[in-house]
Amino acid sequence: MILVWPILIPLLSAALLLLLRRWENVVRWGGVVSSFALLAASIVLLLRVVAEGPVAVQIGGWEAPFGITLVADLLSAAMVLITGIVAVAVTIYGLAEIDRREGWHGHHTLVQALLAGVCGAFLTGDIFNLYVWFEVMLIASFGLLVVNGTKKSADGAVKYVGLNLIATFAFLSGVGLLYGVTGTLNMADLSQRLEGRQEEVAVLVSAMLLLFAFGAKAAMFPVFNWLPASYHTPSVTTSALFSALLTKVGVYALIRTFTLIYDLDVPLVRGTLLWGAVATMVVGVLGAAAQNHFRRILGFHIISQIGYMVLGLALATPAALLGAIFYLFHHIIVKANLFLIAGAARRMTGAEELPQIGGLYAARPLLAVLFLVPALSLAGIPPLSGFWAKFLLVSASLEIEAWFIAFAALAVGLLTLYSMSKIWLEVFWKPHPDGPDAITGSVPTAMMIPIVGLAVLTIVIGLGAGLFVDAALIAAGQILDPQAYIDAVLGGRE
Amino acid sequence: METIVAVLAGLLVAGGAYLMLSGNLVRYILGLAILSNAANLVIFAAGRMSEASPPLIGYGAKAPAPGVANAVPQALILTAIVIGFGLFCFALTLAYRVFYAMGTARMDAMRIAEPREENE
Repeated sequence: MILVWPILIPLLSAALLLLLRRWENVVRWGGVVSSFALLAASIVLLLRVVAEGPVAVQIGGWEAPFGITLVADLLSAAMVLITGIVAVAVTIYGLAEIDRREGWHGHHTLVQALLAGVCGAFLTGDIFNLYVWFEVMLIASFGLLVVNGTKKSADGAVKYVGLNLIATFAFLSGVGLLYGVTGTLNMADLSQRLEGRQEEVAVLVSAMLLLFAFGAKAAMFPVFNWLPASYHTPSVTTSALFSALLTKVGVYALIRTFTLIYDLDVPLVRGTLLWGAVATMVVGVLGAAAQNHFRRILGFHIISQIGYMVLGLALATPAALLGAIFYLFHHIIVKANLFLIAGAARRMTGAEELPQIGGLYAARPLLAVLFLVPALSLAGIPPLSGFWAKFLLVSASLEIEAWFIAFAALAVGLLTLYSMSKIWLEVFWKPHPDGPDAITGSVPTAMMIPIVGLAVLTIVIGLGAGLFVDAALIAAGQILDPQAYIDAVLGGRE
Repeated sequence: METIVAVLAGLLVAGGAYLMLSGNLVRYILGLAILSNAANLVIFAAGRMSEASPPLIGYGAKAPAPGVANAVPQALILTAIVIGFGLFCFALTLAYRVFYAMGTARMDAMRIAEPREENE
């Protein structure tokens, strides 16, 4: 039953917070309490999965493959855990940032609804149910984008909504075709029924439709344009939540479907993923180099980093998949933290346009040091977590003698360092254009707690990388040999 | 029958894409609505069509009588229609708000979030 709680807790609290919205403080703190409950449930789930291997539960008592199955292997459980961590960080940060009006319009409720959708997507074992959780997540993110009521976020939302809906319909058509070919929607069952049928036209078409859909959700080249158009427009709390989780759900769905359901050895699928990933890395980092807005730079870097993760999947060796999974975790923590710091910097300096701000190193040295931790980690400087993530992927591509890909991955890392040093120079090092007195006040404690917490986590992952690599190795093993997963879902129904 | 529905779905996608390319936000959203219906038809056609009785289970019975239609595609489409309707409503409301705020429905003119670069 533990599988149900990570979905049920945020879903119930979303409903509850909506009913209680008259009491502002109850709603604000209710979100934090619910996030802690989610974190606790996810820890219990992870311990269970570590002890027993993949676990599954049949909802409503309908046996698989007829009913809807919830299933967690190590990857799913770990993704839920990291969702819990991000949820706690973001809701605490929101205590200081979200104003009364945005809270009244439903920010806290929508955050919980989004978390429910994300956890549902990580835990479901049914491809149509995955579609439904994607929609829960999507409609909650639509709401979160517009609740601060500015023209800017409405403009961003138009692009976000318009482009994401196309991906949604591609997803739906792909699922329909897949059902037409196999007569089942259960992912474990699909995996068995498609054995030896991967080259059939209908299977390939559904694979490409799902690839397009998940690629668009993950912001892969060339369907990433919704991300830089919208991620800098809502409140920082919302931005951080989006940057940590939304695209990563797309990556997770890619990893899940293209190992469990589809076969990566089909040249069309593999080639599209591989070169799509390389183009995503390069275009994202070049886009970032051209920007002058704190959060827009970070937004383009999400795209670039998504390329690394998909690359790990597309290389399709155990070492590369291990790298992709490690990257996924490291990136969620680091990127959320960078967005949170961008919000703190805006609070101190009053703007996000790099030419208009500066002087933070002199005024708030602690914040500057805290920025350096995730920034250098993102660029891949040892011994921080990003170094190990990049090291695993580059060595995996060198192992199969993919020289060009290894070169691209390293070059993109260098350009990432350029972007991060640009932010460092402009925001922290150079004096504020309005003089040193422009920065007043201090960063609220509720903002500092998650920033410090995530920075510590980044250092811990970097220094204790061995433990995390071992865990990712087990997760990658379960993904490449999904027999335990299939047995957990179908339960020896042979 | 499946062929006709498949061609129809293709025509709907073409029509939807045409509307979406027009550059007007309202037309774009109508195009999306047509696209969502095309996706529903794809599920319907992929689920096989047959002349069969409705998938109802008689009182007291535990399974339907033989020769009933497959109920799964219908259930999928019903779910997709409900979700699609909700998304469509949100998109229309958003379009109204944006038009109200910016005084235009031309998507090329919506540059508040991503302002054009000044010539440097």
